[in-house]
This record gives sequence, structure tokens and C-alpha cells, in this order.
Amino acid sequence: MNDIPISYYLLLSAFLFACGVTGFLIKRNVITLFMSIELMLNGVNLSFIAFATRLGTLDGHIFVFFVMVVAAAEAAVGLAIIISVYRTRETLNVDRVNLLKL
Amino acid sequence: MHLFLFLLFGAFCAGGAINLLIQRKTINSALSLIVVMGSLALIYMLLGAEFVAVVQIIIYAGAIMVLYIFVIMLLNAGEEEQSKGSNVAKIFGIPGLFAGGIIGIWVLLQHRPQEKLISIGMLYGPADKVGMMLFTKYLLAFEVTSILVLIAIMGAVVLARRSNS
Repeated sequence: MNDIPISYYLLLSAFLFACGVTGFLIKRNVITLFMSIELMLNGVNLSFIAFATRLGTLDGHIFVFFVMVVAAAEAAVGLAIIISVYRTRETLNVDRVNLLKL
Repeated sequence: MHLFLFLLFGAFCAGGAINLLIQRKTINSALSLIVVMGSLALIYMLLGAEFVAVVQIIIYAGAIMVLYIFVIMLLNAGEEEQSKGSNVAKIFGIPGLFAGGIIGIWVLLQHRPQEKLISIGMLYGPADKVGMMLFTKYLLAFEVTSILVLIAIMGAVVLARRSNS
């Protein structure tokens, strides 16, 4: 009972990634799209940690750290872009943001 | 015990992810994403990744989600508009869901004696070990990361600035 196969963790990781992809495809609100991307990154992080445990090295933990840094940078820049888009178009619906230049 | 804890936190995780999809208000999606990240941190604890679990709470559930919630409040993001579901989704989605479920159950039921079982804390990853590795083996990547973050800060400031023209 104290040992479980690694595939359980990988299935949870795949499920989170699939939820992220689904949210990215079906959602209209651009902030929710960003949150779906974060969900996908979290799913990948879980499989990094599971494989690190399986292989017995700490390299996976370092990779997760770097993924988190990149996610933070991406969130900062992406939310700044969302704010500036909202200022010019007054909408958060991605279907209405279909022109690069007004 | 391991299986019980994994199933408990995994259920929280999966429930939060599904709730993110079905909620229509953006703030509810953000709060369920916080649930996903918190329970993922506990799953990292089960796998012995102490440093990553704490960083997950501080950076993801703390910094990034606070940023998201500030933007949601600032832009007054309410309910999103919805369109009628497309036919393509019905034609491909339901068989795809079944196929995914069948593959998942097949993976779960398959008996592989060579598959290594993992137990709680099999690999212990405290902050000092991870830090030693970060500052020796991955030093160049770590330094490049600082430049990336600096550029991201400058980009965010430039993009969110109100132009005077």
C-alpha cells in the first residue's frame, strides 16, 4: 500500500494537460486562456517530478524550477499585453480581437 | 497510505481542473486554479520534492495567481459570452473522450512487473541539495534566467504603460 506505480502520477499529469488544452480551445475569455496555459505547465511539472523520483536524480526538480520562472515571466508580459489590449478595444473576448492594428 | 493520499489530492487536483473548465466567471476559474496548484504542491511533498512544493506555493499560488486576480479585478472581467457548441466538437469530442478514457483505464489495468513502484519520499529533494545543483551544474542556465526575468519586467512596464500621445 505504500508503493504505487509511477503511471498513476503520469495519468494525473496527462489529465491536467488535457484539461488545459480543452480550456484553451473552448474558452472565450483571454484571461481564462492564460490560466489554461498555466494548467498545462503544471501538468508537465508533475511528470518532471514523477520521473525525477523514478530515476533518482534531482535534475527534474531544477527543470521544474526553470519552468516556474518562465511561467512567471510569461504571466507578467501576457497580463501586460491583456491590459493594453483592453485599453484599446474594451473587450476580453478573443473572438473580437481579430485585428493586429486598429 | 500513499495510495490514499495520492487519490485524495489527485481528486482535488482533477476536480479543480474540471471546475476551471465549467465555471463561466473568470474569478471562479482563478480560484479553482489555486486549488489545483495547492493540491499539486501536496503531491510534490508526497514525492519528496520539498523545495519544489514550497516554491509552487510561493510563486504559483502566491505571486502568479495574485497577479491574475489583480488583473481580473482591474479589468472587471465578469461572465464570458458563450456560443452554441459546434458540430465538430460533438462529432469528434465524444468519441475522443471515450478513446481517452479507454486508454487511461488500459494503462491503469495493465500489469507490468518491471515497472518500478515509488514510495513516499523515495527521493529527498530539500533546498540545500537543489541549491547545490543549481549553482554548480546549472549555473549558466540560472544566470541566463536572471536576464530573462529582467527583460520580462521591462517588457511588462513598457507594455502596460499608458501612452501619452
